Amino acid sequence: MTVPLTLLGLLDREPSYGYDLKRDYDTYFGKGKPLPFGQVYSTLGRLARDGKVAAGPSEPGDGPDRKRYAITPLGRQEVEAWLAEPAAAEPFLQTVLFTKVVLALMLGHDAQRFLDVQRATHMRRMRELSEIKRDGALVDALLADHALFHLEADLRWIDVTTARLGALAETVRRA
Amino acid sequence: MTIDALPLPGPLLEARSVERSYGRTPALREASLSVTSGEVLAIMGPSGSGKSTLLHCLAGIFTPDAGEVWFGGRRLDTLGDARRSELRRTAFGFVFQFGQLVPELTAADNVALPLLLGRTGRRQAYQRARDWLRRLELEDLAGRRTGELSGGQTQRVAVARALVTRPKVIFADEPTGALDSLTGEKVMELLVGLARQEGTTVIVVTHDARVAACADREVMVRDGRVTDPYAGEVVR
Repeated sequence: MTVPLTLLGLLDREPSYGYDLKRDYDTYFGKGKPLPFGQVYSTLGRLARDGKVAAGPSEPGDGPDRKRYAITPLGRQEVEAWLAEPAAAEPFLQTVLFTKVVLALMLGHDAQRFLDVQRATHMRRMRELSEIKRDGALVDALLADHALFHLEADLRWIDVTTARLGALAETVRRA
Repeated sequence: MTIDALPLPGPLLEARSVERSYGRTPALREASLSVTSGEVLAIMGPSGSGKSTLLHCLAGIFTPDAGEVWFGGRRLDTLGDARRSELRRTAFGFVFQFGQLVPELTAADNVALPLLLGRTGRRQAYQRARDWLRRLELEDLAGRRTGELSGGQTQRVAVARALVTRPKVIFADEPTGALDSLTGEKVMELLVGLARQEGTTVIVVTHDARVAACADREVMVRDGRVTDPYAGEVVR
């Protein structure tokens, strides 16, 4: 859902070609997951169909002909509404971590070992992100911070669950 | 007289099956750990798990009830009080959460103090103190009393004081525990960055995963035992 709105937001700065939109998206938002060209053009096609962007005439470029896209008043209204609305503060309780711990306990597997291994995996990723922060540009550092805070929240959950694993085991085995 | 670590291969610092109790309450149970030269190690664990007690045993502040502590190929836990004090002054540096600086003295006085206690000449001690304060980006505050500094500035002075003697090992117990996230990050960045430049080993006790992420590796202490989270096994 955020890709169309993000592309709309980028177009709200100035009209752009698909290639330029992809470049800007990858620079700011696509760290580790660049946006495929096919998705850029299919998304722009849908936005044009829904009246949120308008495609200009074909223009000759270095390669194939290209079109410049511009946001419409309807598209701008949608971007503004999206930016004004806070994201849902979801508790993320039903994550794969929770599911695995409960299933491990239900099945009599070593849930503590799973939590320890998961903790180590999180810490390894946090070390990588800390390195990115040390060596990277401000944009990269802030994105790394966002990931670090989320991983830290997971780690706190892992620690609390570790401390309550015995009680949780009794609960799920009784159920 | 100085006590230097022998330049031996293998761990620089090692705890072997260390036990330590407070009265009838066991704090460490057969805790084992080894740290190589130049390594940055984080010791993590819940409150009361024994992680600070382990740090104090490794640093020769506490003597274990059982087990052994080795530093640079030499037994540390059997040294007398005077020899261990000397070792702490010459080979170890310390950064605690708070309380290690003299608030009535200036930042330069506090950083020069361990050198003066080690009989370095006054002029040289203050020159080195100022050099370290500059590396910690505190040169403008050298003449300020540490009691007047912010929490982050105080901890940076503490880092300068820990590094000024060029120790083999720095022991840090919750060094950012009283700081906000950004300030704590800055302190850790300076501590670890400068320690790496100097080839100093750092052992940091923390409950903060972001602080631990600055280390090369971490171990967990649970119920007085050291576990390696990568193996999920008790370290022997």
